[in-house]
Amino acid sequence: MENLKKYLTEKVLLYDRDVLPAETRKVFQTITREKYDYPVVYVSSGTGGIIAGSGKTASAVKSYLEAYSPGASVVNVGCAGPLNYEPFICVQLPGKNKLFFRNITEEKVDTILDGVFHNDLPADELLGQQGTRDYGIWPGVPFMEELPYFAYQKRCVLSNCGCYDPESIEEYIARGGYRTFVKTIRYYTHEEVCSIIEKSGLRGRSGGGFNTGTKWKSALSSGSQARYLICNAKESDPGSFADRTILESDPHRLIEGIAIASYAIGATTAIVYLRAGSKLAEKRITGAIESARDYGIIGHNIFSSGFNLDIIVRSEPGAFVCGEETALIASLEGRRGMPRLKPPYPTISGLMGKPTVINNVETLMNVPLIMQNGPDWFRGMGTEGSKGTKVFALSGKGRYQGVVEVEMGTPLRMLVELLAGGVRDGREFKALMLGGASGFFLNEKLLDTKIDFDEMSLKGFSMGAGGLVIIDETTCLVDTVKYYMNFIHNESCGKCIPCREGTSRMLEILENVIRKPRSEDSLTTLERFKGVMQLQTIATVMKEASLCGLGQTAPNPFISALEKFRDEFEEHIFDRKCRANVCRGLRTFSIDVDKCTGCTVCAVRCPENAIYGTRLQPYFIVEDKCSGCGICLEVCKFSAVIVK
Amino acid sequence: MKKNIHPIDEILGRYKPARREDLIPILQEIQEKEGFLSEQAIIKVGTHMKLSTTKIYGLATFYDQFRFKPKGLVHLVVCNGTSCYLNGSGAVINKIREEIGIEPGETTRDGKFSYEVVTCMGGCNNGPLIMVNGGYTTGVKPEQIPSLLDILKINSASEIN
Repeated sequence: MENLKKYLTEKVLLYDRDVLPAETRKVFQTITREKYDYPVVYVSSGTGGIIAGSGKTASAVKSYLEAYSPGASVVNVGCAGPLNYEPFICVQLPGKNKLFFRNITEEKVDTILDGVFHNDLPADELLGQQGTRDYGIWPGVPFMEELPYFAYQKRCVLSNCGCYDPESIEEYIARGGYRTFVKTIRYYTHEEVCSIIEKSGLRGRSGGGFNTGTKWKSALSSGSQARYLICNAKESDPGSFADRTILESDPHRLIEGIAIASYAIGATTAIVYLRAGSKLAEKRITGAIESARDYGIIGHNIFSSGFNLDIIVRSEPGAFVCGEETALIASLEGRRGMPRLKPPYPTISGLMGKPTVINNVETLMNVPLIMQNGPDWFRGMGTEGSKGTKVFALSGKGRYQGVVEVEMGTPLRMLVELLAGGVRDGREFKALMLGGASGFFLNEKLLDTKIDFDEMSLKGFSMGAGGLVIIDETTCLVDTVKYYMNFIHNESCGKCIPCREGTSRMLEILENVIRKPRSEDSLTTLERFKGVMQLQTIATVMKEASLCGLGQTAPNPFISALEKFRDEFEEHIFDRKCRANVCRGLRTFSIDVDKCTGCTVCAVRCPENAIYGTRLQPYFIVEDKCSGCGICLEVCKFSAVIVK
Repeated sequence: MKKNIHPIDEILGRYKPARREDLIPILQEIQEKEGFLSEQAIIKVGTHMKLSTTKIYGLATFYDQFRFKPKGLVHLVVCNGTSCYLNGSGAVINKIREEIGIEPGETTRDGKFSYEVVTCMGGCNNGPLIMVNGGYTTGVKPEQIPSLLDILKINSASEIN
């Protein structure tokens, strides 16, 4: 082990020329198990995999291999494919291409491995093969990169995800990692690194879209002794998991990105600000930092370059508002996470009053790639104003969920129809929610918008951090807007009045809109309409007068939904009807006399005792008592309950 | 003879001198160790950091992560991320509230159950998702809740015995 470390440090990291000698590449092939004499089974072990039961799969594989082929090994890798395919395993036989299988639960392991070892491939679970095209091919098996989910992606940031063991630094180095960082600190000045990044046109991936190189330059040019770099891995939007997947699958490249960025701005301390509760990500990143420190990649006087760096991991204590830069800094300083007025921007006065650069995980993941391949490579991808690629976390009612990466300039339609595979269960597409809790609802027409910072802001929305939720016809938009408003209302820090009061009022009005019509009298009806009339004004005030980004963007879901799906809102307000039958107060139930057999199940289960009748005769629902819970609909075996 | 050091003192001993920015990590470590922040713990931290306890309490209540009551024997973590919500986690949470009779973050009087609601745990393909003492249950439906809780009740009872 010590020898390998010495070898990798001297012959790889400190090797002067760009192309490594053939002998070193051979060592790499052993480390990455490309040329291996025994079978290797890779088991996906991200959070998504663990939830689906990959831990049990891994131990089942282990016990199978112990009996069958003692030299074989089981490797835990990060998450590569869609979440629907978890637990996702990959089998590599000596001299053969890798084979990928999906949904391999504990009990399926034996059949699958039996099949592979005896050349009788199980067709149901087989997904595809990956590797060379000349030898080692499995005949009749499609290549992974030809599957629609992968074919339309351009995986640069995610290129390592799911390919290597995130807990092994040797494997990352064998994949070419950390050489760029060592080269950077040895041959480039701080300004040069900033200029390269500026020239590449990399823009912040957390939504703002500010040029990263320019941001770094402004921090570098401030005349302070101490500077800080913060990697914002907070991502607490409900339904975003892109950053977490990266942290779990490829922590080493993130560390390399952080190290290069710290060097560029001359920071000696970098902080990774993690989300509360993501234990696996914390474990992987802490482990990766430890092993990097062991290799001397971070620490004091790194490879005799005179550059010192320490990376600290801090876990966020659970407040959505801490995603905002100044609130994040306040929380790191041990205060309540409340934002303050900008300027001064953090690049001038941030953590402890020192210049601080805050970058998103995805932004930093791009940095080593740009330094390695040059700014022109990066400029070659994307559109006029937005270069490179963008990572999205697909979730909601699409057929596939998972983390995908596409080139800038790709229309959103492609993400929805090809990568997510359209809406599942043959339902109709209704809306796309882009950018998390303070994002925007887009209708079908807007799907042709290209992924581009400028084009999106021209059309009045932004991509945010890359959460992408597909909404189908069975979802009520008013209810979803209410859900987001409830979330923001809970997370508002309470410092400024527009946000604190605005979110409460908007939530109250939305709750009035979906209240049960029967519980209303003339006064409350008037109040409901009065509220609706004021909704738009409240939204505008919040947008213009709130202190921080949280408040300013809080009304976005409402405004965009009202603009694009006005008819649905009007239906709720005027007709007191919810077309998706989601809003509890607006549902009315009745029993079809022809279908009802009088089995009494609904009457027994009804929590409000609103169903009456005689046994074996058709029952009926007393509407005044009904709370709209829908239990009768669920329990009726004869589909006699009708919902309107 | 080696004295038994109180776990909180042990944590505080590692932060010497404790600066203001260490406050959150200290509280996080105490919570990790004890499961919650007791009154005694906050007083100890206050004495150690020469900070008034109201300030510490003010900070801790701001953040969702900190809890001031011990966790129940069975601790449910219910996901209410967008994907889970669209798949019906709202009804699941209501059902749990109805069945156990407490709000998120609270613990039942007999100390058996507690639950919290979080946004997105990463199982977006198969929501709603519930995590119970480290194990996951996917695709939960509201009508499954009573039987799920019954099983947990029996399991936790057998663990005590």
